[in-house]
Amino acid sequence: MRYIEPHAHMVSRTTDDYTAMVTAGCVAVCEPAFWAGFDRCSVDGFRDYFRQLTEIEPRRAARYGLPHFSWLCINPKESEDLGLAEAVLSIIPEFLDKPNVLGIGEIGLNKNSRNEVKIFERHVQIAVEHDRLILVHTPHLEDKLKGTKLILDILRNAGVRSGRTLIDHVEEHTVRHVLDAGHWAGITLYPESKATPARAIDMVEQYAAERLWLNSACDWGHSDPLAVPKTALEMRRRGHAATAIDALIYGNPLRFLSQYSGFKVADHVGGSV
Amino acid sequence: MTTPKEPWRQRDALTDLYYMEARARLLDVAAFLDRMDRASGTDDHRLRSLRAALSLLSDGKADRTRRILESWSDPSVAPADSADTKGATGAWPKL
Repeated sequence: MRYIEPHAHMVSRTTDDYTAMVTAGCVAVCEPAFWAGFDRCSVDGFRDYFRQLTEIEPRRAARYGLPHFSWLCINPKESEDLGLAEAVLSIIPEFLDKPNVLGIGEIGLNKNSRNEVKIFERHVQIAVEHDRLILVHTPHLEDKLKGTKLILDILRNAGVRSGRTLIDHVEEHTVRHVLDAGHWAGITLYPESKATPARAIDMVEQYAAERLWLNSACDWGHSDPLAVPKTALEMRRRGHAATAIDALIYGNPLRFLSQYSGFKVADHVGGSV
Repeated sequence: MTTPKEPWRQRDALTDLYYMEARARLLDVAAFLDRMDRASGTDDHRLRSLRAALSLLSDGKADRTRRILESWSDPSVAPADSADTKGATGAWPKL
């Protein structure tokens, strides 16, 4: 088995997780900027975090033969403070030319507030100006449906090219909205919230599988860095063909992420893409 | 109508694969509701929304998962004035 982990917060995971992921067949890992579990109080805190994502974590992953890529942003949970958010936005371009930076993400909404919307729009503007890929976080639980609709409206009004945007954490009530708008959709595999492996496969069977990917979004919370390969095993138990599984967990993320010319997978599966 | 060949489209194969898991989860929900019956206090919006969703399970209509998730969702359209919390509870608090 080979797979790409397109969404993992590896700064909050141990090196044992890198070993397990590579052993299971992971050939590249992508890490969006996220909330640290507390609100950072200065732009310098973000500058250090962006250095960690673009310099430190790639070196840590490389020790396990795993190419590491990142997305940069200020998380919507920290967007209520417009002054800090604007200051963080101003330093993002300093890092966009780092070789492992895929684009802007995971931006989006959390509680669907006016300030979150403003900062989401600013992120989208930066991505468009720099012609970078976009990774969008959709809100949790009861806020997801409303937030997804707001996000789709904002992207449409901003004139974002749909094939270059992936909207993450879709569930049964949002996946069709995202795919019908022409965007890619990510299904996050969590033990309790978001989607279980069985529900994720149900969605894959029902919708346009060529614009879907699976991710673990593993972080410091209740999550599993091996959720993607475990879901592949679940697909095999259901009787899905090996080619269909490979297309979903390797081919699809490869196709989307290769829109960034610097994206490559580990050499042991055939060299750079 | 032709019968699909794929195992994942055959009810007997899916029953073999998932019946015991679904059985266990249904019993967990039943035990949870029994536990609430034995406890003091009143239902909050989470329990009310969970009880309301049970009727969607047995109405015989398709897309139960989507419809349950929609029933727990904030139906408003306009952005909120501010984010007074970072978390979500699982069901719209005004339910």
